[in-house]
Amino acid sequence: MGLPVAHACSIVPISKTVGANRIIPTVAIPHPFGDPLKSREEEKSLRRELVLKALQALTVPISEQTVFS
Amino acid sequence: MAEYRQEVVIGVADKDVMGMEEGLQRMLALGKKLIHHLPLVPEEDNYILQGRRQNYFAEKSGAERAVEMLLHKIAGLPYQTEYAMPSFDRVPPAAPLSDLSRARIALVTSGGIVPRGNPDRIESASASRFGTYSIKDVAALSPEGYQSIHGGYDPTYANQDPNRVLPLDVVRELLTEKVFASLHPYYYATVGNATSVAKARGFGRDIGQTLVADGVQGVILTST
Repeated sequence: MGLPVAHACSIVPISKTVGANRIIPTVAIPHPFGDPLKSREEEKSLRRELVLKALQALTVPISEQTVFS
Repeated sequence: MAEYRQEVVIGVADKDVMGMEEGLQRMLALGKKLIHHLPLVPEEDNYILQGRRQNYFAEKSGAERAVEMLLHKIAGLPYQTEYAMPSFDRVPPAAPLSDLSRARIALVTSGGIVPRGNPDRIESASASRFGTYSIKDVAALSPEGYQSIHGGYDPTYANQDPNRVLPLDVVRELLTEKVFASLHPYYYATVGNATSVAKARGFGRDIGQTLVADGVQGVILTST
């Protein structure tokens, strides 16, 4: 039992070390869900893609730690 | 066991009842040492380590000891760390959501995104608590309303747009588009910067219980 959790993080090896099961690699440590170099619109669509990927990861059956890249 | 080992000295015992005699002898020896205030020696006393660091005067500097350790490692000789990594447990992956469009989702972060002013005074490092913040009527996290208090990364970008860490703006969009069914009305935030494993485990348990009680089925957890 338990809740599926999508761990959105930028340093995947840390996520693996601490034992996250559904891992979603993100952009960078200070802005995982964004990119200040992009325009506002581009940045938001990038964020949307990443959040969608995280939500989709919650629907995937897994038997071990999995990186959804 | 992990919960009690810091307060209670626990002797190592065998899984089998045949090892009971040895286990009792170890316990007795540990008890005697404690009564006489003798120091416990991790390599000799067969107890579950309590995760405490002890100060001592070393004959060689840290740099010399580190180089020696590295040379031993390269040469394939035995060596022993002076600062063991904490042990992380493993949990089996939770079952997936059967239908995302009917799921209730929650947001959690260790990236230190809090209401401006940090009302719960969550520490920028070695956090002792997490905050619970209502997002019931919040469409997106504004820089006027929210900030990062994480002491382990440059907060400039998160302060400019806190959605870069806790992506509430697009989560709301996807909710409106019915990609998922509902959003838990609070988000949970702490700072994952030198925060102890024991504390983090406690935060996870508390937050998890609240989420399950509210019927949440899936979580997006952002770390920085």
